[in-house]
Amino acid sequence: MMQRPRIWVGLLLWAVFSQAQAAWTVNMAPGATDVSRAVFDLHMITFWICVVIGVVVFGAMFWSMLIHRRSTGQQPAHFHESTTVEVLWTLIPLVILVVIAIPATKTLIDIYDTTESELDIQITGYQWKWHYKYLGQDVEFFSNLATPQSQIHNQEPKSENYLLEVDNPLVVPVGTKVRFLITGADVIHSWWVPALAVKKDAIPGFVNESWTRIDQPGVYRGQCTELCGKDHGFMPIVVDARSKEDFAKWLAARKDEALQLKELTSKEWTREELMARGEKTYQTTCAACHQAEGQGLPPMFPALKGSKIATGPKEGHLGLVFNGKPGTAMAAFGKQLSEVDIAAVITYERNAWGNAMNDMVTPKDVLAFKQAQE
Amino acid sequence: MSAVIDSTHKGHGHAGHDHHHGPAKGLMRWVLTTNHKDIGTMYLWFSFAMFLLGGSFAMVIRAELFQPGLQIVQPEFFNQMTTMHGLIMVFGAVMPAFVGLANWMVPLMIGAPDMALPRMNNFSFWLLPAAFAIMISTLFSDGGGPNFGWTFYAPLSTTYAPESVTYFIFAVHLMGISSIMGGINIIATVLNLRAPGMTLMKMPLFVWTWLITAFLLIAVMPVLAGCVTMMLMDIHFGTSFFSAAGGGDPVLFQHVFWFFGHPEVYIMILPAFGAVSAIIPAFSRKPLFGYTSMVYATSSIAFLSFIVWAHHMFVVGIPLVGELFFMYATMLIAVPTGVKVFNWAATMWQGSLTFETPMLFAVAFVILFTIGGFSGLMLAMAPADYQYQDTYFVVAHFHYVLVPGAIFGIFASVYYWLPKWTGNMYDETLGKLHFWLSFVGMNLAFFPMHFVGLAGMPRRIPDYNLQFADFNMVSSIGAFMFGATQLFFLFIVIKCIRGGKPAGDKPWDGAEGLEWTLPSPAPYHTFQTPPDVK
Repeated sequence: MMQRPRIWVGLLLWAVFSQAQAAWTVNMAPGATDVSRAVFDLHMITFWICVVIGVVVFGAMFWSMLIHRRSTGQQPAHFHESTTVEVLWTLIPLVILVVIAIPATKTLIDIYDTTESELDIQITGYQWKWHYKYLGQDVEFFSNLATPQSQIHNQEPKSENYLLEVDNPLVVPVGTKVRFLITGADVIHSWWVPALAVKKDAIPGFVNESWTRIDQPGVYRGQCTELCGKDHGFMPIVVDARSKEDFAKWLAARKDEALQLKELTSKEWTREELMARGEKTYQTTCAACHQAEGQGLPPMFPALKGSKIATGPKEGHLGLVFNGKPGTAMAAFGKQLSEVDIAAVITYERNAWGNAMNDMVTPKDVLAFKQAQE
Repeated sequence: MSAVIDSTHKGHGHAGHDHHHGPAKGLMRWVLTTNHKDIGTMYLWFSFAMFLLGGSFAMVIRAELFQPGLQIVQPEFFNQMTTMHGLIMVFGAVMPAFVGLANWMVPLMIGAPDMALPRMNNFSFWLLPAAFAIMISTLFSDGGGPNFGWTFYAPLSTTYAPESVTYFIFAVHLMGISSIMGGINIIATVLNLRAPGMTLMKMPLFVWTWLITAFLLIAVMPVLAGCVTMMLMDIHFGTSFFSAAGGGDPVLFQHVFWFFGHPEVYIMILPAFGAVSAIIPAFSRKPLFGYTSMVYATSSIAFLSFIVWAHHMFVVGIPLVGELFFMYATMLIAVPTGVKVFNWAATMWQGSLTFETPMLFAVAFVILFTIGGFSGLMLAMAPADYQYQDTYFVVAHFHYVLVPGAIFGIFASVYYWLPKWTGNMYDETLGKLHFWLSFVGMNLAFFPMHFVGLAGMPRRIPDYNLQFADFNMVSSIGAFMFGATQLFFLFIVIKCIRGGKPAGDKPWDGAEGLEWTLPSPAPYHTFQTPPDVK
């Protein structure tokens, strides 16, 4: 029994130490794929070459600084050129560069080989979320930041994956060559997962390609790495790599959900049901700009509380949400959200924060609007 | 040589007594002046003011990043701070400081009476306060100032920009005109006004590096002007240069921007190379090693700077062959840069070294700039760049080449030539203190950025995961220390202007060059009769 406290102290120390280690990380991690390990090796080779050159050059300089000082009575030499030396220190670096260019070229050729993929996923960057579409599988969804605003604004303690957690992660199978087709919907974003060494800009009007093959199941986290506006720091990426069987199960479940969602459109909704669903949709999709209490951030992001649109005719409100407002950050959510979610969020906006319209927009209204537009 | 000067200016005293040739009185002296020393002084003060302003924006950034969570500013203002910090430091602090040094020193170094085009010189300075007044005023406008990063990538800076972007474009045009005129002036001065016997290969390296910089300026500032003009057309005249929806190309923006942007980084460092090449020999009491190879290395760097721009764009989806070309070309830059570093080290080797403030800054320049060069070589490796691009590793890299590179180069120059400008020695103890505080603060601020970058922290984010918290706090403490130290520098300079030990013609026993044949402070008009260079 006497051993117990010691074990606990030991465990506690270990926990503190290992956490401290994580927080003081000084280097890149080797990552989870062949490509990421090749990149890591290249990084380390170049780093050590730099260290050796640094030791030689700085060593010579420090030697001069210590020994060749006037205070030690040193008389200055007068030499000021030497063709041999100058040719040597032009050629030696050139040779070193050629030596490191060889593995760099090999790795780059490998990274560019996007052929023979077994699964294609289209990744689209939006302000400020990612959209994933499994090509040929009828599965697509948005991936939003899951960290609550209360943690960001320091009202609650921050969780371990603070700002690196999403509602719907990108699920991929292990041991499979997955090709990413990356594009942007509004501005340029960049899709980066360090453990995969995949980073590619998501550019509107372009489709960039990249690929990965993950060996081990696990959760790999990354972030947008191209400044894309206000919430650039709040659009993380989570890749959930699962075994091939688990992935197949997940894919089947996702397809079912998509079917159910279609059925939901024809269901008879009450206002309370729409309000409950709308609040969730509002917080993940709208609150970044229009703020949690609908107060907005004028003049860039107008308030919804008491606004002319949210307290005006339903059709105008629906049209704005559905088609967006060109030239502003207001996107056309008709392409992004389901009919149910559009109906729910509009109903919520018309009846929250003192907006008391006491009316509702149903998924059927949205569907009718959609069909009328087409 | 000094006999020539004596004939125009009665002895080594103050030339200001000569009323016909001295400066005018009052404010209009500064508004109307065509004197290269007055204009140089104004450039230096202006750039220092911008340095403090841009620095205070950096303090806001570091204060917000002191801890995870949003505490002090909101993301939209944070983005304005990162943008304005970059723009002001690049266009307002570093570039004008070097133009100021060139104005003061190039005529003195080549034995010219003034710049070749003095009225244009006046105009190119006075455009700058106008440009920055316009740009800074946007911070107070509805919708805020520029918030799309100093690289202002389209379409974030066009379709999605705040309305103030138009003012920003106009300000960039004014800065560009100013820089182009400054570049033309330096080329005209160096090529036409050299004293008899001052052949090109006898020119001090500072003059050489500035001559090459001036060519870079007139080559790339029009490209930047074209870039912002296309933005202007897209925003207000319905064109679609950078909008894919209208058949344009957002990547075109980046090609054009970096065709300007990469030579631009050499515009910010080559003059520092030149100044350090004067200072290290002076305090090593030994001639510069490999003068000729220094000139060729600088020219090679300038040439290579035009064919490496897309290494800023390794992840935009350039085809493999293009990516390889830009990778190899970028790696090549290490060769001439290495030659320069080796030459400086060889200059110190077997010298008789002393460490006055200019030398401290110059030696720190060589070592820390080289560290920035090392991370530059790492960034050149395209596959590895996939992990570095747009992370704090890049932020660490370019701050290592710009702060201990450009900024330390400017500090070294100011301490080196301040006795010539004011006639007084600065306080050596305070100068050394300024150096050590800057050195420690700067390394504390920027070295940990390598670590958080490698660990996965993207740049330009106002908030971050807890794993980056410790190093960010260290960075912020270093940045506050570095920032506060620069107010101390202001004090040292003012103290030196107000008085101090008389400098004499040549305060540094190992210094070489025509400027040291003149009295200190340098008379208002110098070399009206050209000196004879042997």
